[in-house]
Amino acid sequence: MNLHKVITSGAVTVFFLVAAGFTNKQSPANSTIPSFQEDKFEAYRETIPGTKITFELVPVKGGEFMMGSPATEAKRKPDEGPQHKIKIEPFWMGKYEVTWDEFEIFVYKEIEKQSMNASSMAATGPSDAVSRPSPPYLDMTFGMGKSGFPAINMTQFGALTYCKWLTAKTGHFYRLPTEAEWEYACRAGSTTAYSFGDDPAGLEEYGWNFNNSNAGTKKVGSKKPNAWGLYDMHGNVAEWTLDQYDPNFYAQFAKTTATNPWLKPTKLYAHSLRGGSWDDDPDALRSAARQFSKPVWKQRDPQIPKSQWWFTDASFVGFRVVRPVKQPSAEEIAKYWSEPIKDYGS
Amino acid sequence: MSEEKDLNTTFPHLSRRGFFKGSAALLGGALMSQLPFETNAYARYGADDTIKVALIGCGGRGTGAAIQALSTQGKVKLVAMADAFRDRLDESFTAISTKFPDKSRFDVSEKNKFVGFDAYKKAIPLADVVILATPPGFRPIHFEEAVNAGKHIFMEKPVATDAPGVRKVLAAAEIAKKKNLNVVVGLQRRYQNAYLETIKRINDGSIGDITSAQAYWHNAGVWVRPRKPEQTEMEYQMRNWYYFNWLCGDHILEQHIHNIDVVNWVKDGYPVSAQGMGGRQVRNGKDHGEIYDHHYVEFTYADGTIFNSQCRHQPGTMNRVEEVFVGTKGRATLSGDGKGIVTDLKGGSIYNHRSKNDPDPYQTEHDKLFAAIRSGNVINNAEYGAKSTMTAILGRNATYSGQVIKWDDALNTQLSIMPEKFAWDAPTPTKPDANGNYPIPTPGVTRVI
Repeated sequence: MNLHKVITSGAVTVFFLVAAGFTNKQSPANSTIPSFQEDKFEAYRETIPGTKITFELVPVKGGEFMMGSPATEAKRKPDEGPQHKIKIEPFWMGKYEVTWDEFEIFVYKEIEKQSMNASSMAATGPSDAVSRPSPPYLDMTFGMGKSGFPAINMTQFGALTYCKWLTAKTGHFYRLPTEAEWEYACRAGSTTAYSFGDDPAGLEEYGWNFNNSNAGTKKVGSKKPNAWGLYDMHGNVAEWTLDQYDPNFYAQFAKTTATNPWLKPTKLYAHSLRGGSWDDDPDALRSAARQFSKPVWKQRDPQIPKSQWWFTDASFVGFRVVRPVKQPSAEEIAKYWSEPIKDYGS
Repeated sequence: MSEEKDLNTTFPHLSRRGFFKGSAALLGGALMSQLPFETNAYARYGADDTIKVALIGCGGRGTGAAIQALSTQGKVKLVAMADAFRDRLDESFTAISTKFPDKSRFDVSEKNKFVGFDAYKKAIPLADVVILATPPGFRPIHFEEAVNAGKHIFMEKPVATDAPGVRKVLAAAEIAKKKNLNVVVGLQRRYQNAYLETIKRINDGSIGDITSAQAYWHNAGVWVRPRKPEQTEMEYQMRNWYYFNWLCGDHILEQHIHNIDVVNWVKDGYPVSAQGMGGRQVRNGKDHGEIYDHHYVEFTYADGTIFNSQCRHQPGTMNRVEEVFVGTKGRATLSGDGKGIVTDLKGGSIYNHRSKNDPDPYQTEHDKLFAAIRSGNVINNAEYGAKSTMTAILGRNATYSGQVIKWDDALNTQLSIMPEKFAWDAPTPTKPDANGNYPIPTPGVTRVI
C-alpha cells in the first residue's frame, strides 16, 4: 500500500496523518507531536506507541568523509573504490540493531494488539495503514535467540516496510541508512580499516564474527560501541542499507563531492548490506567492506513466488534504522517506500 | 563418487534392506525380464531424451517443485498442468513462464491446462513424470492413478490424511516397486547434507544407543483464506484447505511430519503406539476450520524408546523447529536450516555440520529423481512417506481422542474422513453450524478408529 492509498482510506487516514505530523505539510518543529522537540539534536529513546517497547537513537552530525577504502588497505576488494569524498547531512541512527522485540510487533498483529494498553487501542487500534509480513515459513530465529537479539532473515523490502510502519506509528520518518550514511556512521571519524584501528584483533572487543560468535547472533550491545556510541557496527548481523548494490557505483563520484548519494533499488537483486556478521571472517567486517544479497539466500523457500518478506537462508542479515534531521514532506517520504517485486526464483 | 555409491550413502536404510545390492543394471535387467509391465524406466530415457512432466496441483509448492524439476540436468519439459481452480493454474503458469520463457522447457498449451476435480486424470497420461502437489487429501487417488499409468512420481508430503488413504498409497507403492517406477517424496531432510552427515554419525554410534527423542515444530502458523459469499461449502474448504482435516490432516501432519519422519529415519522403524494431548487456544475463529493449534504426543517404539513430539502454531510464542536425539553417550540436534550438532553428554563437541555451501535439498530431490530415471536406478520413497504420514495421523488420533492408540488399530481402521464424492456442490465431511463454527475434535468424545 503506498501513501496515496493510505490518504484515501478513511478512518485509518486520520490516525496516520495526525500521528505522522503530515497535516498541512508542517515541519515536525511546528507539528503537534508532543513527545519530541525538534531543536534538540541529541540522543533520545523512542517508544513504539501503545507498547512498552522502546529503542534508542544516537545523533550523527553532518560532515564530510572519505568513502571506500584506500588501495593499500589489507583484504580490500575492488568494489570499495575509488575512495571518494562524500557529504552527509545529519541524522539519528539506531544505537543498536533492530531486535525481535521491536520487529515482532510489526510482524504479528496479534502481538501488537496484546502489547497495546486499552486506551491506546481505543485511540488508534492496531495500525493497518501498512501491510505486514506473511507469517514466516520457518523459525526465523533459527534457534539463535529472540528477546534482545537482532531480528534476522528479513528482505530489504521487509526491513524498509518495518520503517514505513514505524513512521506511521511514531510520526517520525524512519528509514534504512544509505550505504554512504552507514559507512560514515560506522567510521565515526576514523580512517582505518575498522573504526578502532587496522588490526582485526580488536574485534575481540568490538565485533561478533565467525571466530568469536560460536555460530550465532548475540544480544545487541554486548560489545563496545564505536566513537559515536553505535554498537555492533562491526559484525553480529550484516545490516541492510537503502541501496541497490552496484560494484561500480563509486566511479561517478571520483571527481565530485556528492551529498547523500543513494542508488535507489529497481531490481530484486542485489541490495547492499554493511558491517558483516557473526558468520563472516574479520575482513568482511571492515568499515568499507560491502556485501550484497543473493538468490541463494532464499533457496529453502519452497514456494513460488518466493516470499517478498523473508529469506530462509540469511540468518546473518538484520538492520538498524535512521531518521534524517530534516523530515521530508509526505510526498518526499512516499518516494522512499518501495513496492514489492515478485520473486519467481533465480 | 559413482551414482550407486552416492545413492547408498543417501539412503542407508534402503541399502540395508538390499534395495541396491548388486549393480543397478543387473537389478533392473533381472526384474524387467520377469515383469509383465511394459513400463521400463531403464530403457526409455537416455541422456538425450526429453522427459515430459505434468504438474498436478498448481499452488506455491507445486509451482516451486515444477521449477525445480525443470532445473535438473538434461532435457526436461513441462507439458501439462492441472488444478481444481483456474486462477491458481494461471498464477502458476505466469510464474513458470517468467522463469522459463523458452518453450524447450515449458510448453503447456491451452488444451493441456486442465481444471476441476478430475483434471489430474487428463494431465497424467501426457507425461513421463508427474508432480503431485495438491492438498494432501487427494494424494492417494492421484498417486494410485499415476502408478497405474506407469509414471515416475514426485509427490509432496504428507501422502494422505487418513488411514484408508495411507493403505491405498502403500498398495500402490508395491505396484510402483514392481514396475520399477521412481517415487520421490518431498521429505527433503532425507536429501539434505546436514541430516545425511549427522545421521551417519548417529548410526556410527557417536551418541551410543538412543534412549529418547524430541521433535518440535513451533511457529506462528500459516495463511487464512477468508470465505467469499459466492462460494459453496466445498469451494470454501478447498480454498482454505489448511484448516480442514480431510484436505490437510492438521498441522501435526502437514508440517510436523518433517520432524516425525526424521525420528522414524534414525530409529529405522515406526512407533507401536501413541498418547497425547492437544487443542485450540488461539486458532479458534470461524476462519480456522476444525484443526488444533497445538499437539503434544508421546510415541513409543517397539524397543521402548519414547519420542516426545511437540507442534504449535501460536504467534508470539517460542519458535523452534528441530529434532533432538539423546543416547547413552551423547546427544544430537538437527534442524532444517542446516544445523547438525553432535556432542557428548557433557556438551563436548563430536561433530558440528557447516552447512553454508550445502546444496538446496528441495533441488536435490529433483536432481536425484531425474538422474535415477535417466540412469535406470530406482528410488522409491513411497513406503517411508506413507508410514511417516501414518505416524503423524497416529499422533493426531491420540490428541483428538485422548486415548492410547495402537499403530495396528490406527492403520487398519475403516474410518475414512474423506468426502464420498468430489464436486463443488457435494457435501463436505464436516459442516459449519448456524453460527459458522465447525465441530472441533474433543478428547474423550471424538472417535478416531
